[in-house]
Amino acid sequence: MAQFFQVLLSGLSTGSIYALAAIGFVLVWQTAQTVNFAQGEFVMLPAFFVLAGVHVLGLPLWGALLLGLAASVFVLGFLFKRMIVEPMSKSTGLPLIIATMALSILLKESAKQFYAAEAQPFPSLFPQSTFNVAGAVFSIQDVLNLLVSLAVVVALTLFLDRTKTGRSMQATAQNPGVAEILGIDIKRMTLYTFLINATLAALASFLISPIYLAKFSSGESLGLIAFIAAIVGGFNQIRGALAGGLLIGVLDNLTATYVTAQYRAAVPLVLLVIIILFRPEGLLGTSEGRKV
Amino acid sequence: MFKRLNLLAVPAVLVFLILAPIGQGNYMVYSLSSWLIFVIAAMGLNLTLGYAGQISLAQASFMGIGAYTTALLTMTGWPWILAMLIGVALCFVVGLLLGFPALKVKGHFLAFVTLAFNTLFFLVARNEDWLTGGTYGITGIKRPSLLFLATSKPLPFYYFTLFVFVIAALLLWGIVRSPWGRAFKALRENPIRAESLGLDTRRITLLAFAIGSAYGGLAGGLIAPLVQYIEPGSFALGHSLRILLMVVVGGAGFFFGPLLGAAVVILLPEALRFTEGYYLIIYAVVVIALMVYCPTGLMGLGHRILDKIRPRYQVRGDMKQGSQL
Repeated sequence: MAQFFQVLLSGLSTGSIYALAAIGFVLVWQTAQTVNFAQGEFVMLPAFFVLAGVHVLGLPLWGALLLGLAASVFVLGFLFKRMIVEPMSKSTGLPLIIATMALSILLKESAKQFYAAEAQPFPSLFPQSTFNVAGAVFSIQDVLNLLVSLAVVVALTLFLDRTKTGRSMQATAQNPGVAEILGIDIKRMTLYTFLINATLAALASFLISPIYLAKFSSGESLGLIAFIAAIVGGFNQIRGALAGGLLIGVLDNLTATYVTAQYRAAVPLVLLVIIILFRPEGLLGTSEGRKV
Repeated sequence: MFKRLNLLAVPAVLVFLILAPIGQGNYMVYSLSSWLIFVIAAMGLNLTLGYAGQISLAQASFMGIGAYTTALLTMTGWPWILAMLIGVALCFVVGLLLGFPALKVKGHFLAFVTLAFNTLFFLVARNEDWLTGGTYGITGIKRPSLLFLATSKPLPFYYFTLFVFVIAALLLWGIVRSPWGRAFKALRENPIRAESLGLDTRRITLLAFAIGSAYGGLAGGLIAPLVQYIEPGSFALGHSLRILLMVVVGGAGFFFGPLLGAAVVILLPEALRFTEGYYLIIYAVVVIALMVYCPTGLMGLGHRILDKIRPRYQVRGDMKQGSQL
């Protein structure tokens, strides 16, 4: 039983980090109607910005984290929007999807070429100690990861629901035409969405890299998981993405511990297929109705 | 215009394909064969994507199904042609089974389901050692010998591949031009109008996907005897993305698009090899630039340039896509 709770907590902890990436995914999907195939690389890259800050520029960790956050928001938010998404807004969805696939190759190869091909240890943000509750050993890192991620999600939800800017962003996502008529600067709101996505990806990166190391290829699995979490939870809901992320994190850990480590990676995929078959709008999603 | 163009282009392409390997080294002939095989896979995906408008991310796994079936059966003594046909049929059936639920819901669900399928296929191929040899793969796959033609040398195998390629292309050409294929086109141009005219759009989409998958199986049936060695890594998700790139870079919905697209996707990295570690970076930038500035791919770019040179063949503005096919 003690082991079960340990596995559950570490599952929730990684799951909440997946959820951050999945929420960014959902935001971009809602606003730009595109599936960002580079989302996994968006989570991979910020860790390398931080490492460059620490090892190349010689900054202290907090300075490097700030630098990494700023660089990520600029490159993965602003530049991604301006140089790739905006010029392609007129064409149909497919070329943009292909462009994000190419972008994922670009980011992956750049990290490999300009930093390192080997997995890099990443400084932990939290103390590495553990504590015991009723015979189960919990790590402080897991608890804090979970708390920080949940706090970010709550803050984001409050921002989107309670502030004027947040509500304008939602309006832009739901119906850009009407939003524009109502005097919302939809271009600016779209840009905000991309900046928030980059911020979420950077935070996910800072939290997950101490656990899984910073590696140029880690985006492949992270992107797939974020993607599946978003669909399983419901592609049009933030809390759906959160639930999907947590569910996958927990299931993944439970399967690896109790069932099979070989087919561990298959669990989210099977979950995905079941959801698509029986509840295509996702666990918490609402049906979007028929689009004409 | 395009009929007239095709009248010239088809024999020109064919002559090029026949002459291309002559006087080349073994490695070049091998690369050309592999190019033709990927063109077959991309042609199938082009049917799914360019004509029926659905994204499939499982083309590599269909190649895998075809390759493993062909390899396993030919090694127990079956003739290549039978083994290959069984692989193709298997892909067709799997395509129907995957597509049926996924196409029940509109949107990008086929993309998601096929993405999951490709990853699952990779896991099964890697973990089920008793059947697939696991990560070590299958070695010593025999090359087919047909009547008087032994294909163990690179050049005969190239012509064998070319022969299969031409048949596959003719078959696809027939499908696209049949009433059936016209239904595919109607579906892509305007799904709602197609439905209003009484077309069962879901059934047609499903068929397009299943046929496209079967072409993946055919490509797999050829790649196994070409490389004579298969392992799960050759059919991973990344390769599905590469085949998708071939279709889109060439120009989705253009019959000859995959020929060009596969050449770019396979040969460009080779041509950029002198840049060493940077070649994939340059390659990715080129693809992004192409998508940003010319989303209809290279064929679209070519047509755009042709239209500028010969304005008297201007096509009706409202039929730009439809009249090309």
